[in-house]
Amino acid sequence: MIDQLVIPLVKILIVLNATLVGVTYMVLLERKVIAWTQSRLGPMRVGPYGALQPIADALKLMIKEDITPVRADKWVFTAAPIVAMVPALIVYAVIPFGDTVNLFGREIPLYITDINVGLLYIVSVASVGVYGIILGGYASNSKYPLLASLRASAQLISYEVAITLTLVSVILVAGSLSMVSIVRAQESAHVWFAFLQPIAFVIFFIGGLAETNRSPFDMPEAEQELTGGFHTEYSGMRFALFFLAEYANMIVVASVATTLFLGGWLRPFPNVAWLSFLDVIPSWTWFLVKSFGFLYIFIWVRATLPRYRYDQLMRLGWKVLIPLAIANLVITGIVKVLLL
Amino acid sequence: MGQAIAFYTLSAFILGFAVLVVSTKDTVHSVLFLVLDFLFVAALYVLLGAPFLAAIQVLVYAGGIVVLYLFVVMLVNLKRSPEAHHDPHRRARLGFVLAALVLIEVGAIAAYSAGGPVRPAAPQAPPTAAATAVSAMRAVGNTEEVGWLLYTNYLIPFEVASMLLLVAMIGAIVLAKREL
Amino acid sequence: MITPTHYMLLSAALFIIGVIGVMVRRNIIIIFMSIELILNAVNINLVAFSREWQHAVGQVFAIFVVAVAAAEAAVGLGIILAFYRNKETVNIDEMNLMKW
Repeated sequence: MIDQLVIPLVKILIVLNATLVGVTYMVLLERKVIAWTQSRLGPMRVGPYGALQPIADALKLMIKEDITPVRADKWVFTAAPIVAMVPALIVYAVIPFGDTVNLFGREIPLYITDINVGLLYIVSVASVGVYGIILGGYASNSKYPLLASLRASAQLISYEVAITLTLVSVILVAGSLSMVSIVRAQESAHVWFAFLQPIAFVIFFIGGLAETNRSPFDMPEAEQELTGGFHTEYSGMRFALFFLAEYANMIVVASVATTLFLGGWLRPFPNVAWLSFLDVIPSWTWFLVKSFGFLYIFIWVRATLPRYRYDQLMRLGWKVLIPLAIANLVITGIVKVLLL
Repeated sequence: MGQAIAFYTLSAFILGFAVLVVSTKDTVHSVLFLVLDFLFVAALYVLLGAPFLAAIQVLVYAGGIVVLYLFVVMLVNLKRSPEAHHDPHRRARLGFVLAALVLIEVGAIAAYSAGGPVRPAAPQAPPTAAATAVSAMRAVGNTEEVGWLLYTNYLIPFEVASMLLLVAMIGAIVLAKREL
Repeated sequence: MITPTHYMLLSAALFIIGVIGVMVRRNIIIIFMSIELILNAVNINLVAFSREWQHAVGQVFAIFVVAVAAAEAAVGLGIILAFYRNKETVNIDEMNLMKW
């Protein structure tokens, strides 16, 4: 009873809440880091050094007026933010945050579930996430959101191909689709897959930027051209849902990259004996630190690089990343056959 | 018991959304009901012990094919609904009659096979060389089993399917491009 | 106890809904979607028998069906777009250029 029902529910509660809090503080972190890059201070008023700013933002968004445009498709307009949010959250079901821990005499694995097709589950759920964007743009019945949503969905679909191909080469090396087995494979291979598959890692990183509509690929939200993107007509809590979904997707990309390429919850050099004093630090801390580093690089890139033009973005996706990913996959396969 | 409840709930959703797909006036809503229908079919595959196929269903159908439909519906921005166009030669009732005939035929087959000894008593082992390998794989998991079959016994159909996809891709590009 | 017969009945019902859609609707996009429903009905049958016989070959066939459905959607929607560009309609009753 406790193992079947209570523990998974508690885990789901913790993961969901941690994600939502993480997402709100991610926004603060982004504002702070960009401010520092530009020699500003960033939010300073609410709380010490602006630490309570996310709470103030959330309150503001909740008490704002909720507007549905008169000519909008009401049902779809209401459903779109939910459709955007749900896939971003249910992906966390298969991400392993840490090794098994011993709590109150029970062995508790630090993941909600470990299914046999874990990676495929993540890819397919992420592919459903594009609906939130398309529907939000369509239902607004307004030209800028429609243009933005067409741009966004074309971009997401193109970069999904490249990302999925890199994931296949990782699967080839690991020999499993389960997220936990992929981490274990890195433990027994004595090396992070980022070093075995450097090309795949770089393509995954670039594709991850494009998948989450981050700069320099933030064409769908180019404020200067599209007045804000597919959520121009949204206000209040619905806008907040789109916003949260975007940041939750960033955390998803960071956690998947950590699990697949950076050894998940493993400490650095998991097989070097004299570093075993690092085991004092619990495994989930390593996971969080690695994901945080990844997210920091995302923000850093946004503060540094100018935006791509749309045709450049499509050319990069189709003519550079996808051929590279296919070549990487073929070479991985040949090496794997020859070495075994 | 739990399986029966799951089956009947999923069936109700699948059939209900299918009816909505066919009967809704607004094409975009129809496409959305199609997505929901496919998601519930994927859940049914999970119930049937085929998680790999469920993931493929969501990835290819919900994430790929239906997005294509949605694109086309948004591009084909209709000023007048095709249903509003009146054609004197059109006989919609004939369609219902033909569908009813199919219903009767399927019903007859069901009634016939429920009475007759059509079903063999026990499932036989597959008569192939890979059979032992497959039974060894069964312990490992569904994905390995499907992959093993795809790349051994069904390698040539697999290659033909990939050829078909290539031809379809080229064909779609040729059709959709204004001038080459 | 859910037997393959249950799955067959579900599949038959879905198939018939698809057939009604093909026969009654005039919007060619909806007709295409009805064909997708029919293909899904076939897949449900294949997977149900795959479990009944404890053999994955039904799932392999279902994957082929999905591949064919993807090819069909790509080419079919390409044809619809090309036709819409010429005639500004998606009504099948008006698609009678080749009709004698």
